[in-house]
Formats: sequence, C-alpha cells, structure tokens
Amino acid sequence: MEPIEKFRLETREWLEANCPASMRTPTPEEETPWGGRNATWANPDSKVWLDRMASRGWTAPTWPKEYGGGGLTKEESLVLGQEMRRIKARQPLSSFGLWMLGPALLEFANEEQKREHLPPIVRGEIRWCQGYSEPGAGSDLAGLQTKAEDKGDHYLVNGQKIWTSYADKADWIFCLVRTDTAKKHDGISFLLFDMTTPGVEARPISMISGASPFCETFFTDVTVPKKNLVGELNKGWTIAKRLLQHERDMISGMGLGSGVGSSASLEALAKDYFGEANGRVASAALREHIARQKMDGKAFALTLQRTAEEAKAGVGTGAASSIFKYYGTELNKRRYELLLEILGTQGLGWEGEGFTEEELGVTRSWLRSKGNSIEGGTSEVQLNVVAKRVLGLPD
Amino acid sequence: MALVLTEEQQLLRDTATQFFQERVPVANLRRLRDTKEPAGFDRGAWKEMADLGFAGILISEKYGGTDFGPVGLGLVLEQAGRTLAASPLVSTVLLCGSAVQLAGSATQRQEILPAIAAGELIMALTLEEGAHHNPTRIATRAVSEGSSYRISGKKTFVLDGHVADRLIVAARTSGKEDDKSGITLFLVDAKTKGVSIQRTLMVDSRNAANISFDNVVVSADNVLGSVDGGTDVLDQVLDIARVGLSAELLGLVQAVFDQTVTYLKERKQFGVVIGSFQALKHRAADMFAEIELCRSVVLDALSALEARRNDVPQAASLAKARLSDTARLVTNEGLQMHGGMGMTDQFDVGLYMKRARVAAATFGDGNFHRDRYAALEGF
Repeated sequence: MEPIEKFRLETREWLEANCPASMRTPTPEEETPWGGRNATWANPDSKVWLDRMASRGWTAPTWPKEYGGGGLTKEESLVLGQEMRRIKARQPLSSFGLWMLGPALLEFANEEQKREHLPPIVRGEIRWCQGYSEPGAGSDLAGLQTKAEDKGDHYLVNGQKIWTSYADKADWIFCLVRTDTAKKHDGISFLLFDMTTPGVEARPISMISGASPFCETFFTDVTVPKKNLVGELNKGWTIAKRLLQHERDMISGMGLGSGVGSSASLEALAKDYFGEANGRVASAALREHIARQKMDGKAFALTLQRTAEEAKAGVGTGAASSIFKYYGTELNKRRYELLLEILGTQGLGWEGEGFTEEELGVTRSWLRSKGNSIEGGTSEVQLNVVAKRVLGLPD
Repeated sequence: MALVLTEEQQLLRDTATQFFQERVPVANLRRLRDTKEPAGFDRGAWKEMADLGFAGILISEKYGGTDFGPVGLGLVLEQAGRTLAASPLVSTVLLCGSAVQLAGSATQRQEILPAIAAGELIMALTLEEGAHHNPTRIATRAVSEGSSYRISGKKTFVLDGHVADRLIVAARTSGKEDDKSGITLFLVDAKTKGVSIQRTLMVDSRNAANISFDNVVVSADNVLGSVDGGTDVLDQVLDIARVGLSAELLGLVQAVFDQTVTYLKERKQFGVVIGSFQALKHRAADMFAEIELCRSVVLDALSALEARRNDVPQAASLAKARLSDTARLVTNEGLQMHGGMGMTDQFDVGLYMKRARVAAATFGDGNFHRDRYAALEGF
C-alpha cells in the first residue's frame, strides 16, 4: 500500500474513534470554537474535540511538530481534510492565530517567539486579535499613526485601532505600530502584546447586523517588552502585507458559501418559498438568477482548484489568485441578496416570533456580508492591485 | 482538470500557435471578406490544417486520425479564436465527425472519417429551424417508404452549409415538434435532387446557409444511428461543439483583452496614458477576473469530455454560457476603450465583436445554457 493510503486509513480510523457524534454536524454560531483563556463551551464536546485534535497537532496540520503542529505534508493535510469532510467533522478551532498570525510567525519570528506563541495557538489556549486599521488609516493602511516609542528596555504604545475583530474577547493582539514618523511604509513595526496589559481598552461597536464583532481599541501608555517585536524594527510592513494575504485567502473562501443559509440549496429554498411548476422553480426570472449564481460559484470554485493544481505542478503564473478576494466576496454578497429575494418578507424579520432561526440568520448574515468587500482590503483596492501588479497599468 | 499538458499536447499547442499566427492571421479573414471568397474559408489553409493533424484530432488512428482528444482540440481552437481563423473545424470535425464516430456503422465510418481527417470532405449538420437554438424543435419530416425515406423541411443557420459535400439532416420520423424522441439523423449528399442551398452572409464573415429539402429521397442505408434515436447523438455532439466554441471564444476574449490593455498603455489623453485612469483600470481588472474564470470552465469542460465524465452536459453549459457572456462584455468594453478607433473597420476589435456574437448564438447563448443548467440540476 502507498504510504499516503496507509495514512488515510489510519486517519479515518482515528477520526472515527475520536470525533464525538455532536461534532459531526454543522457548527451553530454560538458553538464556534474560538478558544482562549476565557473560552466558553456551549457544547462541551467542542472542548473534547479541540483537545483531541490539538494533541496530534491537527488543528494546524502542516505546522512543524516542534511548535505543536501536526508536521504533515501538504498531501497528508489534504487527506486529513478529505477524511474530516467525509464524516462531516467540524473544524476543531476557529482562530486568527491559526489563519493569520501563525503563518506569519513561522516565516518572520525568531526561535524564542515561535516557541512561546505557536503551541498555545495550536491548543486554542490563546485567542488573538488583529490591530491593523485605524480611524484615519483604512484602505491607506500604511498611514497608521499608533506609535511605539523606544524607552530603552520596552516600547511605550499610544494610539487607537478600529475594526479590531473580537478585541473584547481576545487575549493577545498582533499590532502594527509606527516606530519612525519620518517614513511611511518603512516606519512601521510588528508588535505582539497581552490585551490585559494596563492601558488597553476595547469597546465593541454596534453593527448594522445587530452584532458587535468589531471593536474600537485604545492604547494609553501601554508597556510592551522589546522581545515582542517580530522581525526588524521598521520592517513590519513586509510582515503586514504577507499576513494580509493570509487574511484575504481566509475571506475569499466565503464566496463558496459557508455560514448561515449555506446548508439549504438556493433552488430548494426557491421551490419552498416561491413554489414549483413541473418540478422547476415557478418563477423563470428567479430560476435564471439562481442558475447564474450557482454557475458563477462553480466557475469560481474551479478557479481556486485550477490555481492550486497549477501551483502543485509548478505551471501557470499564479496571477489568478489576485482576484480571489475580490471575486469571492462580491459573489458572497450577491448570494445573500439572492437568498433575501427568495425568502421575501420572511427574510426581512429582525427578531422574535413569526420567523424561523434560519430566516433570521439569513437576514443577519446578509447584513454581515456587506463587510466582506470592505474588510481586508476593499474590492476597489483589490482591483487597483490587479490593474497594477497583473496588468501593469501605470499610476 | 487537465492542467499539465503532455509533451504531445505542448507540441500541438506550439504548432497551432505558430500556424494560426503566421498562416491564418486576422488579415486572412479580412481578405476572405473583401474578396467575397466563395468558399468562405481558405481551402489552402484547411488542407494544411489537415496535414498538421487538426482535422483528424477527434478521429481514431484506425480511421486515419491523430486522436489527440478533446484537450488537444481545445488547444487548437483557442489559438484559432485568437486570430479569428475561419475553418470547417466546427461543422466538419466537431459536429459531423463526432456524430459519425459515435453513431455511424462500420461502413459509414470507413467511408467518411478518413476523408474528414485528410481534409478532403466538408460536412455540415442541418439542425436549426428557427432564430434560436432549439435542438428538439424539429418539424422537418422524413417519411419511410419501404427501403428509403422522403425528407421535406427547411433548415437555417447551417454552418458551412453552402460548401458542404455531405449533410447530416436531423428530421422527425415520429412524434410532433418539440418531442425529444422521434428524431432521426440522415446522411445526405448535398447534390441530391430536392436539396436547395442558399448561402447566408453573416456578420462574422463566415459561412452559414439556409437549406430546404423538397421531397428528398434517401436510402435507409443513410440513416446515421438508430431510427428515432437521434436526440441522444445530437446531445453528445452538440456538447462537443459547445465546448469547442467555448475554447475558441476563450482565445478570442484573451486576444481582445490583450489588445485592449496594450492600447490603454499607449493611448495618451490629458498628457497621460489612459490606462492610468481608475475608471478604466477597474473595468480592466474586472474583465481579468472574468477571463480567469473563463479559462477554468473551459479547461474543466474539455477535461470532462476527455474523461467521459457524466457531468459533461453541465460542464458544457457552464462553459458556453460564461464564454458567450464574457465575450460580449470584453468585446463591448474593448471597443469602448479603443474610443473612436474601435468603431473603425481598420481596427480588429470590431471583427472580434462580430465573431463573438455569432459564436455566442451558435448552439445556445447564455440564456439558453443557464436554463439548461438549471434543468440539469433539477430546478
């Protein structure tokens, strides 16, 4: 037997024995396993599942074993993913540490920092948030003003961040700070610090969806040890950009339809809410709209697959990946607009009686989806990047 | 997905690229148009294409073909699309050659396939009867009379119909118009008594014809496949043609886009190149995204054909719908971005736009294929 097939069988067996039954269902919002010091477990199985997966390093399958990861090859990691999907296993951990910070630390951090920060991420013990945007630095991120002054043995941080996802629940922050006011991109550094440090305050922002996942985060004379600087002083922009790439990859996956309203198909909902004629969705206009959405989704999924295959085979330019964030998020927004059309007035409830959980979920997710093409680089910024980097159009 | 080309396929792609760029550039289409060339395509170039193995690309070696398969054919058609090369590839190779290969008797195959592969036989499929693609709306009737059939009816938009030596006629042997069953395919010599052919000059300067059949008598030996069983064969060959046209459109779209981006970098207004304007940059970047998706669906559809996957119909409709629509977007935007020069006959963008519309309408546009996709997916 090929080693990879042996790995598949062992993995299948282990998952079968270790994945609790309730972890083989879609993840409700309130059971999202964010981990962290103050983690709450709406379903105790979530914790069991996380600990079991983390014990093998399989929350971060391809990270090196010495930092708590699974040490799997890309191929093995793909097999693990396939076997998890086979039994509909949930992701054991949702974490900005896993998705964004970890890959950046593996590339840019020193040995001590990797040993300190990576294993707790794998085990879901520390929950991270991202200190990037500021009130005056959105699309023009490099215009950020939060400053870190060199005070000999430490940095003194003062300033304000905004749109800090879950800052009120996070244990640590990875933060872009200005360490040279005379330069723009070359005056930015990448700092890590504990959110319980005196002088850190996070205030949740009420969003149009009614939820408050984002915060305004204030830093007043926050003391950060010098060992918490990642990479070189004033060279943080390189790390910031690389991390943004990881963030965009994470967000662009949304176009494939995860989250509320994704379990039921558009056409099934349309037949249900609009009616059926001769086995087809009763409204020809709506049917055409649904077909367009599904076909665009399929074309996008095929493009992700093609890019991955090209990368594996070492052919192609990889230029297609520059459109993922733009196309994926625009696709997801269109999907929610369509879901809303399908649900009619049942998709326009806010709370309380008269609407199912699923319907209310669609409404809230529709509102949330509007942010997809703003966060992590707006669609307009993405198009600028494509025009400049791929098409070579001048400034 | 067939992303990593075999050595043979790489060679084929390079050969095709060079051939179309040098031998059949856009200027060739202009010449055909301006001289009102009776054949509507360059017979010399077609002979060379046959010698290069393009005509026999889907035909097995047993019948004199090169058997490079659908992916190979896609590579050739994409390059043909780049230079708007007119040839009987769609009519003779994709449609008729495939139909004979799929449904023909041993005798029919032996008689027809080697001649197609050699570039010596031009064939046309007579199918459509209205202004919109509809493969089951067939009123043309074939009435059985002992050992022969008598065919009467009118066909339109027959690709290469006026130069074809032989025709495949889709006629109804039972049932009524719109019935899926009851359609039979016949091989009919174009010179048979009762066949009248009228060339229709299309906007893309290529070939089509209206053909009427007035009590045309053919022997029962000329039935292709089974009586009343034509739809199944038609479905398969139409999907091959749809995927092939999508590959051609991919080349067309890429060519227009490349020319447009080049123009954006050259044309100056207000003292700067117009490609520095964000209004144009964003539209160009948006087209780039659409084209990347186009490439994926075409490759996937070609792979589906090659691997004989059972989702060929979905993959074909996905590709044809997307490429038809993106070709409209990119040719419209390409023309607009060329400004007044785009409106002149001297610039190629207009030629690409004309071809894009005809290719889109051939065997189902975006509307047709979205509806078909929905039906295939059960909604």
